Amino acid sequence: MKIEKYSGRVTEGPLENVYVYEAPVRLWHWITVLMMIPLAVTGYLIGDPPSVTGAGEATFNYTFAWVRIIHFSCAMIFAVAFLMRVYWAIVGNHYAHSLFLPPVWRLAWWKGLFRQLAYYLFIKKEPDSWIGHNPLAQAGMFMMFVLGAVTIIVTGFALYAQQWASGQSWMLLFGWVHCLFGESQAVRTVHHLAMYYLLVFVILHIYMAFREDIMGKETVISTMVNGIRAFKTKDH
Amino acid sequence: MTETYYDLLRRQGISRRSFLQFCSLTAASLGLSQVGAQEIAHAMQTKPRLPVIWLHGMECTCCSEAFIRSSHPLVKDVVLSMISLDYSNTLMAAAADQAEEQLESIIRDYKGKYILAVEGSSSLAGDGIYCMSRGKTFIEKLAHVAKDAKAVISWGSCASWGCVQAAKPNPTQAVPIHKVVTNKPVIKVPGCPPIPEVMTAVITYYLTYDSIPPLDAQGRPKMFYSQRIHDKCYRRPHFDAGQFVEKFDDDGARMGYCLYKVGCKGPTTYNACSAIRWNDGLSFPIQSGHGCIGCSEDNFWDKGSFYKHLPTILPPGWGGIEATADKVGLTAVAVTGAAVAAHAALSAIKQTSSKSRNDKLAAKE
Ligand code: HEM
Ligand code: SF4
Repeated sequence: MKIEKYSGRVTEGPLENVYVYEAPVRLWHWITVLMMIPLAVTGYLIGDPPSVTGAGEATFNYTFAWVRIIHFSCAMIFAVAFLMRVYWAIVGNHYAHSLFLPPVWRLAWWKGLFRQLAYYLFIKKEPDSWIGHNPLAQAGMFMMFVLGAVTIIVTGFALYAQQWASGQSWMLLFGWVHCLFGESQAVRTVHHLAMYYLLVFVILHIYMAFREDIMGKETVISTMVNGIRAFKTKDH
Repeated sequence: MTETYYDLLRRQGISRRSFLQFCSLTAASLGLSQVGAQEIAHAMQTKPRLPVIWLHGMECTCCSEAFIRSSHPLVKDVVLSMISLDYSNTLMAAAADQAEEQLESIIRDYKGKYILAVEGSSSLAGDGIYCMSRGKTFIEKLAHVAKDAKAVISWGSCASWGCVQAAKPNPTQAVPIHKVVTNKPVIKVPGCPPIPEVMTAVITYYLTYDSIPPLDAQGRPKMFYSQRIHDKCYRRPHFDAGQFVEKFDDDGARMGYCLYKVGCKGPTTYNACSAIRWNDGLSFPIQSGHGCIGCSEDNFWDKGSFYKHLPTILPPGWGGIEATADKVGLTAVAVTGAAVAAHAALSAIKQTSSKSRNDKLAAKE
């Protein structure tokens, strides 16, 4: 099997199975999935909380605080998993860093991107086979997931840091975000919008994964489970 | 002039007891210990009074109004004594040429020793012609007085951020003081208006320690602006409990629930209202049943309704005044969902048609 450099397109058969996603990458992926669900739910509730009514004294209730604690706890796990994923991009295999560094300075990568785009626009009939992410997926994941996740983590920690006075604890690490945005309502709004940015990504991502899995030649969903990019047919 | 604040206060008939009371109160609000109170008392009795020049740019005078209405009689006297003797367009007795002469004489006699306090923003549009006095633009006057000042204090949100004049579309190109005075330390004391006790404390700190108070990254005195209204709000237990006012006339409002859902900006506003409060600690907006509007934050006029938690994020032409992050976001999600569904349907049709073509070809073969 021959693979085009930088784009990851298979140019010549026979198709062979490749181990693309190492265990830490898969673990990170599913932790992220698992954390984003409660994060989006609690995040939405923080922005538009339901009122606890008829509950008597405030002393005996901690409802909204629990929503926030769940948000913060999942946020910590989400962020730590992301950091671990960045670390793995450096020490992991060849496919581990494509998420963070799409080789935009390579012509082959751009050609691959347009091939895939033409395929999705029904201009090109036959799909190509790709090892790792195809360039279009890479571009989408970088622009939507990586940038979205970095934004939401940075703004999220900046909001979290507000519990401390300036120059203390988390504020030392993330106070600059509030200066960058000018005021903290802007940080909050961007954090909130980043949620929808990520949700749009999630919809596209899930659709593409299922579509490729059903209509493409290679496995996609099981790849994120066992790490192996397998092909349903052996001929190219 | 070697008169001290103490001399001045005594001359105005303020007792020593009240004077010491002022020192302790100010030390407390500055977060200083009892030693701090003694240091303040010492400074006020020994150091020459700090000349303060108070300039007015584009403003509504609410800072001055708040100042002279601080209900603690002593604070008011101190405040007035601190500023009215020097130069303040609004409060000084002198007028016209006399007033300008006084200004020049302070600049001359106390070169590098006076404090410049500015209330209001400057206008840059049309070379500053939207804010003029005696044939001179405010920017000129500001630059002139700032040149020999020891430090500059921007009183209020106008001087600190631009406030209402700088709200969109900002026809006079109003800018905060630190955009005009760039070579001097600028202490921002935002708020519309700022809390009088905070204003006095800032000047007192300067007098006592001969240096500007520790500032946060945005240039505000840390002791008053390093925590949010929300962090010290007495309604916070209701916030944690999830007990919110939904409407201003519901049971929650009567029971003093948290005002988050009716737009309280306490969670994003840095100020000391919930700790120091207003009118001699009598109350503050949240205590009177209205959410914080975030008046000490930059840009607070341009964030949509004061009565919604989520600000408006699009210009009014785009989705009206209700275009919040949730509305815009959910629309984006719906559009993406529809696009995906359409693409999925199209893919299915294409696949079946190509399959049937393949089948036909195969049959022919
Ligand atoms: C997928 C990830 C995340 C999603 C979807 C998400 C979503 C949201 C949303 C929608 C809000 C409400 C904002 C508003 O009131 O306008 C919010 C608030 C908040 N989020 Fe996140 N968030 C995520 C990650 C994080 C992370 C990594 C942190 C870091 C600690 C974080 C910390 C916070 C904090 C501190 C608040 C404000 C809570 C409050 O003041 O009551 N979030 N989040
Ligand atoms: S009333 Fe405002 S400042 Fe007070 S707890 Fe509620 S949201 Fe926070």
